[in-house]
Amino acid sequence: MAATHVNPTRMELTRLKKKLVTAMRGHKLLKDKRDELMRQYLDLVRLNRSLREKVEEGIRFANRNFVLARAGMPDEEVNVALMAPKQEVTLQVSDRNVMSVEVPVFEYQTRTSDPNDIYSYGFAFTSGDLDDAVKSLADLMPDMLRLAEVEKSCRLMAAEIEKTRRRVNALEHIMIPDLQENIKYITMKLDENERSTQIRLMKVKDMMLEQAHHYKERAEEAFAG
Amino acid sequence: MYKIAVLGDRDSIYGFASLGLEVRPVRDLSEAAAELRRLAEQDYAVIYVTEAVFEGIPSEIERYESQQLPAVIPIPGVSGNTGIGMRNVKKTVEQAVGSDIIFNSENERSR
Repeated sequence: MAATHVNPTRMELTRLKKKLVTAMRGHKLLKDKRDELMRQYLDLVRLNRSLREKVEEGIRFANRNFVLARAGMPDEEVNVALMAPKQEVTLQVSDRNVMSVEVPVFEYQTRTSDPNDIYSYGFAFTSGDLDDAVKSLADLMPDMLRLAEVEKSCRLMAAEIEKTRRRVNALEHIMIPDLQENIKYITMKLDENERSTQIRLMKVKDMMLEQAHHYKERAEEAFAG
Repeated sequence: MYKIAVLGDRDSIYGFASLGLEVRPVRDLSEAAAELRRLAEQDYAVIYVTEAVFEGIPSEIERYESQQLPAVIPIPGVSGNTGIGMRNVKKTVEQAVGSDIIFNSENERSR
């Protein structure tokens, strides 16, 4: 395809051959990277799916509880009860390197160490439904964080896999065949040149011998005589 | 030290305040977009948004897709589950694999 652009010289041939070796190596490495990323990604995405199912179900359940709680007591009281949260969550974020994709790892700390210490109100004026609602959400918290971590990782990895796949395909279907074709073109051209030189030399030799010894004239003389 | 925020309509998210997450109630989508931007600029590692918001401002969400932080995660609101969260996971599978191989069987069953 690109054969028209290459110079059929030995230097170009060496250059292209080196390039082909690099391309082949790169192709193999990228392919390995893609396969490994894919393997890890598929595990992760299955986890993502089950976590999401769990979290969505949990939130639905918690929301139902909150609706119940609001039905049982005035709006203002619910607001007041939840106005000043006792608990505070902070995240520690670190990186994990999965095949050159940096994915986040979340670790969370709560301000109060007691997991039951989540009710930011006195129990006297609130309904029990509110306690249930808050509890159901609090139980869901670790899963929600895990979901955030896994889902973000999935998205980052999916983008990386797509990129790698494109690279692999470009190398496999365009770069490498092109190089091979060019190399073939140059080899053929060089061979052709060599044959042509050879023939030319033979021809020249014939002509020089003819000039020196006059074979043809002598042959004619012998025929006539 | 990073924080966690929840963004959405008030009724869907006020419960999260009791867990110590930061609750940012918004009334409409443009407010949500502005708030999301504000949150992303600060130290928030995870931003949970309700499905309605997630669906409403895809271009704003897209922007944080390729960044490591923050993670913008859709959660169902009080009005119920629209399935956008799952669809989103499915989309990443299609992006990575080329076709959906995880959720396929499930779709056939539901048809």
